[in-house]
Amino acid sequence: MSPAQWDLPPELCCRPVAFVALTGLDVVYNAIHRAIWDAFCANRRADRVPISFKVLPGDNEYPKCRTKRTSYEWYIPKGILKTGWMNKHLNLVPALVVLFYELDWDDPQWKEKQSECATKVEIVRTSLQGRNTKVAVVLIQKKTPLPPGEDLVASERASALCGACDLSGKSLFVLPHTDHLVGYIIRSDFLFLNKHQFKMGFFSELKQDTQNALKYYRTAYSLVHELRAHETNMLEIKTMAGFINYKICRLCFQHNTPLDAIAQFRKHIDLCKKKIGSAELAFEHTAWMSKQFQSFGDLFDEAIKLGLTAIQTQNPGFYYQQAAYYAQERKQQVGQLCSHEPGVGYPAPDPLETTSGALDFYGQRPWRQGHQSIDPPDSEKEKQGILALQVKERDIPHSELIIALLSNAVAQFKKYKCPRMKSHLMVQMGEEYYHAKDYTKALKLLDYVMCDYRTERWWSLLTSILCTALKCSYLMGQVKDYITYSMELVGRASILPEEQKSRIEKNLIKVLMNEVPEPEPDCDPLSVKTAQSLWSDRISLAGSNEFTIEVQDYVPFVQCKAKFLSPSFHIDEPVQLHVYVRADCPHPVRFSKLCVSLSNQEYNQYCLLEDASKGKDILEPSTQENMCLVPGKTRKYCFKFVAKTEDVGKKIEITSVGLMLGRETARYVYLNWRGGWGDAASSHETLQACRSFKKRTRFPEQQVDWDTVTIQSSTMIISRVPKISVQLTHEPPALTNEMYCMIVTIQSGEDTVAKDIKLTAGLKPGQDANLTQSTQITLNGTEVCDDSHPALLPDIPLGDLHPGQKIVKPLYIHCVSTGSRILLFHVAYSVSATVEGKDITCKCHKDETVTLETVVPYEVAMKFVSSKFEHLERVYVDIPFLLMMDILSASPWPIELVNSEVQLASSMNAIDQPQSQVEGVTLQTSECASECFLLKCPPVQNGTSTVASGHYIISWKRKSTFAETSVVRTIVTLPHVMVENIPLYVHAELPSFGRVRESLPVRYHLENRTGLVQDVEITVEPSDAFMFSGLKQVRMRILPGAEQEMLYNFYPLMAGYQVLPQLNINLLRFPNISNQLLRRFLPSRIFVKPQGRNGDTSIEAA
Amino acid sequence: MAVCIAVIAKENYPLYIRSVPTQGELKFHYTVHTSLDVVEEKISGVGKALADQRELYLGLLYPTEDYKVYGYMTNSKVKFVIVVDSSNTSLRDNEIRSMFRKLHNSFTDVMCNPFYNPGDPIQSKAFDSIVSTMMVQAF
Repeated sequence: MSPAQWDLPPELCCRPVAFVALTGLDVVYNAIHRAIWDAFCANRRADRVPISFKVLPGDNEYPKCRTKRTSYEWYIPKGILKTGWMNKHLNLVPALVVLFYELDWDDPQWKEKQSECATKVEIVRTSLQGRNTKVAVVLIQKKTPLPPGEDLVASERASALCGACDLSGKSLFVLPHTDHLVGYIIRSDFLFLNKHQFKMGFFSELKQDTQNALKYYRTAYSLVHELRAHETNMLEIKTMAGFINYKICRLCFQHNTPLDAIAQFRKHIDLCKKKIGSAELAFEHTAWMSKQFQSFGDLFDEAIKLGLTAIQTQNPGFYYQQAAYYAQERKQQVGQLCSHEPGVGYPAPDPLETTSGALDFYGQRPWRQGHQSIDPPDSEKEKQGILALQVKERDIPHSELIIALLSNAVAQFKKYKCPRMKSHLMVQMGEEYYHAKDYTKALKLLDYVMCDYRTERWWSLLTSILCTALKCSYLMGQVKDYITYSMELVGRASILPEEQKSRIEKNLIKVLMNEVPEPEPDCDPLSVKTAQSLWSDRISLAGSNEFTIEVQDYVPFVQCKAKFLSPSFHIDEPVQLHVYVRADCPHPVRFSKLCVSLSNQEYNQYCLLEDASKGKDILEPSTQENMCLVPGKTRKYCFKFVAKTEDVGKKIEITSVGLMLGRETARYVYLNWRGGWGDAASSHETLQACRSFKKRTRFPEQQVDWDTVTIQSSTMIISRVPKISVQLTHEPPALTNEMYCMIVTIQSGEDTVAKDIKLTAGLKPGQDANLTQSTQITLNGTEVCDDSHPALLPDIPLGDLHPGQKIVKPLYIHCVSTGSRILLFHVAYSVSATVEGKDITCKCHKDETVTLETVVPYEVAMKFVSSKFEHLERVYVDIPFLLMMDILSASPWPIELVNSEVQLASSMNAIDQPQSQVEGVTLQTSECASECFLLKCPPVQNGTSTVASGHYIISWKRKSTFAETSVVRTIVTLPHVMVENIPLYVHAELPSFGRVRESLPVRYHLENRTGLVQDVEITVEPSDAFMFSGLKQVRMRILPGAEQEMLYNFYPLMAGYQVLPQLNINLLRFPNISNQLLRRFLPSRIFVKPQGRNGDTSIEAA
Repeated sequence: MAVCIAVIAKENYPLYIRSVPTQGELKFHYTVHTSLDVVEEKISGVGKALADQRELYLGLLYPTEDYKVYGYMTNSKVKFVIVVDSSNTSLRDNEIRSMFRKLHNSFTDVMCNPFYNPGDPIQSKAFDSIVSTMMVQAF
């Protein structure tokens, strides 16, 4: 029996098509015939009915037809389906024989040709020997036929030919050899098919009538199971059931009813699962089962390729997987059933040999073909047969079969988003490779999937995979893999029992001592032998004895947590670092080196723990007890070092922690914790631990609860805490433009000399950019700053400061704008210190910041008034007016006005020497100082114009007891004013008061300020309070530039403030100059004293 | 009755897994693990289709030749998986549902225990006994 015994025969798996034989064609020598043949088969496309063509000679021997029984009575069948049957009907017995014959209707030798054709037909008929095969004749003609019915000769001769050949008219065709060959042939295809429509039963499918075929198959399937099954014909029944099932499923998929196919297959499996047959040949059943699943998987997959959509839970992968499962079971059964004694060989004569070299019926035993009774005919033969089968089975490469099926399944599950199923199958593949002794491939697969199980924390599954992987690495002598897997199997992720862990740990220690480990249990003895020699070779091998294992990818049996004791350390204190190490293996383990790598590698040398007793035996008790890890106990290793001064402000990180197991002299492995902690399981454990509500058990001294150890994998080196005080003394708020004094007092609290003190003072950087423009700082308070001064004075050297001493430094800040600003006072110095017996120079600094408000010291209000203190909107040329200033203090501190001054523009003149009236005045908060200046304007062009007035300069200072302040000159620009020419100027000369019934002389002056002679009309209106003498109404002429004087004597009649008789002036030349305007220059009232008693001088004096 | 009952954490690692001792324990672990593929696919599909999916029972996850695997997911994404023998045809969907409901109730009790840290393996006698009532009794 060949390994292909369980394969379905190819004629079953192919899609059956009708077989048509063509005769009378000479395809080798006749070009026309060749063209016809090519047209039949070469260009067959999907649109044409599937038919298989063959050219046969006219007298071909077809399989002999057996005489058919007329009844099934008393018929004992020898079997169900003969092995050649399907092939016969597919390839040997044609459904139709087509005879090609060259004959034109008007052939001159028509009679002769007709009889020759008839003879040929007869020969074909004879060779078919009564099979129900149809015969057709095709006449190859050179001329294009006329439309039917028009060629009388043709129809007459055709019927004659049919008669001669015993053919019906429908079986005669004419094939004109013209350009449209292919078209004709397509048409004739259909005709051929119709001709044999009525043929055969299984043959429904041959005719592409799949629906009917399905019906037949279903009936056949149920009939097969109705057959009486017993041990001798079990195989045959199953084989047949398998065939029919295959056909049904195939057709169901073809009909796009995949659910029917699946249901049929399930039914099939359920029916056949228990039909094991002969117990000694149980593997045959599992092989058959495996094949059933595999072929269904193939069918399913094929259907998917043709457009069927599968889903995650129903895809071919499951069938391949199940096929693989049965293949595995088969392999196991082979192990039990076929492990014969060494002496037992293949029986002779070969009971599997048959006379024909093949079986007559599917699924029968070669040594009892056609046998139909329940008991085997010959028990000895039976035994030999079974033995032969068993021996043959032993040689089958089961693992190969299993792996092929599994890899099919993997491909499917990958497609249908089943990553875990895929991993599982890959594990099985790996295990199968392991059984097949292909350890390299096994390890590759196992290693690939291991991390999936590790990440998902399925420790039970991981442990099982690791065990297999460990065996593989042992058998191949792979040291690093062996160590890696051992470490994980010994550790906490492994669910192995203690004794197993103990055994593995002992082996691990052996490997680390460069010895040969004990073989893993249940390994193939032959492979173990090879492995042992491999391991022995490894001992002598120089080099390649150091390994680094990156822990984050595994869960090894040693855990590590490294932390800085603080998130920051001052430069003058040692940086402290603790490394916690814990082992969870069964036996104590000793390491030979523990080293911490930091981001600044210069410190690495201080974070190193090495076994002093180098080269000694690893098991010998070491002098350094603390390098031994006791299972379950957390060990703490402390390191400290002094940071370098240039690392101030920098971060130091733990880049990794390395733990060396083994010896540098022999073999060693570095466990490397990147970042100083954590393997593949740590993050989850840490999370669980911090979530836990469990009360922490109190641990005795020197012992640490692993879960409570937190991680601090980086630290900052910060500068030493300064022991100096920086004090600021000042009187806020600052006033705009003043030189605001701030006194910085630096007092040393250091024990040694604070060297090289430097003060940086001024506007703190990073504020509004405008503040930089409007703030200046200087050390010199005697003069006012300008723009050339900086906003920040950096590194003012202040020398050294001895312990207890202090420096006082006044600084002056000039704020041009109001608002708040932050000032920074930064004192830096260096001091020497001793840390851990090491002298270092520490740079210290202390910052002091203060927010300073700036306010305006006072507000200046200015106005123009007339000599009568009336508000002026405009001033008149050559007519005096007053400039009034009000200085209102807004400062919370008293302000001393040192001086004030008016700098007049050229368009203004002072009437007398202007002198400050506020000099030396001190203003308290919200007090006001006022002064005024008498001015007049010289003539202007064009009668009216706006002129600048000049500047007002106030010199002032803050009145402070705190510090000597400098005088600030504040310049205020005076407002512009409109100046107007006036044609006539009037003013009066009169005493300051009058007395009742005493003469009061008033002199009016009228000045003509134009270059023209002016006519002026003057009237004086009477008043109740006065009698007067003088011109009551006058009209006069005033020459250019001349002045006219008019004298009146008023005689007051009443006391008190009295309205003077009104003087009306009418300028005839300038009608727009109103009387009211001119009257403004004249006094309107006067105080009249009452008449005193005679001789009462006291009143006069008053 | 079940041959294997498992409780799987939100992060897909086992919190509790028990199977009948007569058959390979490892095999059941693999069965439960691979069934998570289907659970994940189902819940990712549910999230899109029905936002307010109140149904916790996920139904038959996938059939194997020998076993039927059923799934159930609590609102906190803890999954329950029950594996029953394929030959056990008497078990109906309703009975599976009620098994899950019982399991869920007992699991809720476990979660209510102040000494239980969610995410740790379940080691509860009460839960154990509930599971035992649902398991196929070993002969």
